[in-house]
Amino acid sequence: MQDNGWNDFEIGSLLRSFNGKAENIATTLQEDRNYSNSNSFTASVADWRIEKPVFNKDFCIDCQFCWVYCPDISIISRDKKMIGIDMDHCKGCGICVEVCPTNPKSLLMYGEHEDEESILAAWPSKDKEKK
Amino acid sequence: MSEIKKIKNLKDFSTSADRFEGANLLCPGCAHSIIVREVLNATNDDLILSASTGCLEVCTAVYPYTSWDASWVHIGFENGSTAVAGAEAMHKALKTKGRLKQDRDPKFVSFAGDGASYDIGFQWISGCFERGHNMMHVVLDNEVYANTGGQRSSSTPIGSSATTSPAGSHSYGEKRNKKDMIAIMAAHGSPYVAQVAPNKWKNMVKAIQQGLNAEGPTFINAMSACTTEWKFAPEDTIAISDLATDSHIFPLYEIIDGKQLNITYRPKNVLPVDEYLAAQGRFKHLFKDQYKFMIKEWQDRVDANWEYLQRREEAKV
Repeated sequence: MQDNGWNDFEIGSLLRSFNGKAENIATTLQEDRNYSNSNSFTASVADWRIEKPVFNKDFCIDCQFCWVYCPDISIISRDKKMIGIDMDHCKGCGICVEVCPTNPKSLLMYGEHEDEESILAAWPSKDKEKK
Repeated sequence: MSEIKKIKNLKDFSTSADRFEGANLLCPGCAHSIIVREVLNATNDDLILSASTGCLEVCTAVYPYTSWDASWVHIGFENGSTAVAGAEAMHKALKTKGRLKQDRDPKFVSFAGDGASYDIGFQWISGCFERGHNMMHVVLDNEVYANTGGQRSSSTPIGSSATTSPAGSHSYGEKRNKKDMIAIMAAHGSPYVAQVAPNKWKNMVKAIQQGLNAEGPTFINAMSACTTEWKFAPEDTIAISDLATDSHIFPLYEIIDGKQLNITYRPKNVLPVDEYLAAQGRFKHLFKDQYKFMIKEWQDRVDANWEYLQRREEAKV
């Protein structure tokens, strides 16, 4: 990105989301797109997080509630399956955990520093009191 | 007329390729981006978008980044709708003259907050609707000027504490009730006007598709729960939205051709308004003895409004 001084600023600015010609974006998945440096997809807000969501695919029923309610496009779903979390764009709001309907939940919030393998090993078991 | 995207269930919907990107600067748990995603994913058509000044605009277009993967423009606070209307008029003119380089039929959508729609941009929206542009205006209704620190707008409901109508020992906060923007826009003779909420995604997608495929200017009022100004925890966005729709506080309905009103969501278990009010910091003063009368006032008003909607639906006028 070119650094411009105050006097060099243009009155309006045009930012291109993609490098080169972009066609049929509505049917092109994120991994197939040619993002430009001025697309916020290339940036990260990972440092906003205090807690991170951890995904346990053993209990996931692919209901996609987390996908539709994620404000930050951080739930990656491909072929109707939830396959993971985009940790560059997740702000750690916790909506995905709240909307997860499984018992036990297949998404839970943990401290940012905690180790994912030990979290998955100590995943809570089914809560029998909850229906 | 382009083909309507088939979305039978949430699994179908989840195959959509998002045209709104992460690492925007909206607050964690903001409903704005949930709404924007549901709107953009409801169609596969090309889109010409605009956003009026507000949270959505300042957070998704911070130089040198943009979060939009479709043509998007921002000009001023009031004229987001007019910018899109101008593009639509140009497209129509070029098409009539046969000078379009590619024969594509994009959809024209303007996004604006409640401040930019109910107050500041009202004249411009009214103009667009009067001229009959083939566009859709989506209001992200968070009932406050959240971008500038929570000043009241004409969408702020009665009893809510905002920075320009604070609650205290002498005041219960905002004194006036929310403007009925849906009725105003329906009175413009719009072919489709609807009130939607992001937690009812299917309802929302249906409304957006119907709005996009109607001929003429259409208006969508989407409830956007604001974690910062409504004062609740970021993870509760969907829970709060559920409370609002299930207690009839934010009824979901559509008005077709300015006349036929259909209620599009009827909650099975109707909740009392207390639960919705108690869940948010902006209403917490209403639970003091001094202002308890306001809760009854809320319940009566919400019930009367629901009764009115049902009567109107039945009467088909």
